[in-house]
Amino acid sequence: MAASDVKLLGARPSPFVNRVQVALNLKSIDYEFIPQNLAEKSELLLKSNPVHKKVPVLIHGDQPISESLVIVHYVDEVWSGPPSLLPADPYDRATARFWAAYIDEKWSPLVRNLINATDEQSKAAAAEKVFEGLKLLEDAFVNSSKGKGFFGGEKLGFLDVVLGCYLGWVRAGEIITGLKILDETKTAALVGWAERFTSNKAVDGVIPEPEELVSFMKMQARAAAAADASSK
Amino acid sequence: MAEEVKLFRTWSSGYALRIVWALKLKGIEYETIFEDLTNKSPSLLQYNPIHGKVPVLVHDGKPVCESLVILEYVDETWKHNPLLPQDPCEKSMARFWANFGDDKLMKSISQLFIAREKDQDVAAVEALENLKLVEEQLKGKKFFHGETIGYLDLAFGWFADFVSILEEIMSLKLVDGERFPHLSSWIQHFIDAPVIRDCWPPRDKMIIKFQVMREKYLAAATPK
Repeated sequence: MAASDVKLLGARPSPFVNRVQVALNLKSIDYEFIPQNLAEKSELLLKSNPVHKKVPVLIHGDQPISESLVIVHYVDEVWSGPPSLLPADPYDRATARFWAAYIDEKWSPLVRNLINATDEQSKAAAAEKVFEGLKLLEDAFVNSSKGKGFFGGEKLGFLDVVLGCYLGWVRAGEIITGLKILDETKTAALVGWAERFTSNKAVDGVIPEPEELVSFMKMQARAAAAADASSK
Repeated sequence: MAEEVKLFRTWSSGYALRIVWALKLKGIEYETIFEDLTNKSPSLLQYNPIHGKVPVLVHDGKPVCESLVILEYVDETWKHNPLLPQDPCEKSMARFWANFGDDKLMKSISQLFIAREKDQDVAAVEALENLKLVEEQLKGKKFFHGETIGYLDLAFGWFADFVSILEEIMSLKLVDGERFPHLSSWIQHFIDAPVIRDCWPPRDKMIIKFQVMREKYLAAATPK
């Protein structure tokens, strides 16, 4: 498949974009990465995702697909050869999709709250909630992996990609808060999984280093403050 | 061994209705358990410990939660009368618009529904913009799925009923036939479709329920 047939509109710091990159890497699909400036959205982005105007957008031929979980499903279905990203069994698929929804809708906002907490009391409360969520994800991992190294079993799968691409931000959160979010005394299985995920070939070079994400966050905060100040 | 299918639902949940319709379209026999969400059964809490919500489908003792996840599970388990398109691109579109319906559309409709009279015009702007996008998706089609009802029709099903409830309670016309010819037509076809029409919750009960809900929100929002 020629690289020009598959384009990915994305931004490096976005875990949602990273998911698509990892999925395409797992399937050994060549693609062209077109970095987007989200402060000044390109014509191509606005045309390709007019509803949300967000990244990632996968453009396959001339067909744009938006929403990271929708895209990952699409990649798995179009390039249906091994490795499969979603499990074969419908119940396992439903379980993976359930946890993906939980991670995006419930757990990741908790991590955001923790990173943005301004005082020690709210930081502690936010951390408690993040850890409660991680305990659920630890159990989910144990059940899903069935003794193997990944949520997907022997190999990286859908749920590994969904949760794993947050790891950069989790590490950035640890730097910013001074707390250990992935803690081997609390969620040992997930700590082992995180190491295996990050060192996988398909993930290599995709997720930015935590220090880069911390700088990115600071830059965003400065830009937001400047915008605030200039609009007053 | 005959398989055992149970559905935990409430009398009014539009999310649960998606599964009622899906099982009916597939001809699957199942047992219904009606829940009172102010007094959740131990079974519900056992099958959905994380959210404690309906719907929950229990298939041979194994629970599946989250209505859109359940819809795909039903479609993948009982493969006849497919609900989702076969083509990956069309499938992606169906999933994309189902998410849009549950996130952006539902939020904007809810915002309009609880808006005070003076705020209604502003709240209506976003709702109408979102409805325009949905209208586009129906051009040239009887149902979102084409000639027959599918996943995306079931996903938007709550809307087909709720529109008229909102319009009656608020005395306004949200989906008028001139502005939204395709959406109006879809609503009519969907509401009256054989598999769909016998499942609607009692309208008078729905009106009361949503009236009470709206009054609660308006009272809470009123500055004291």
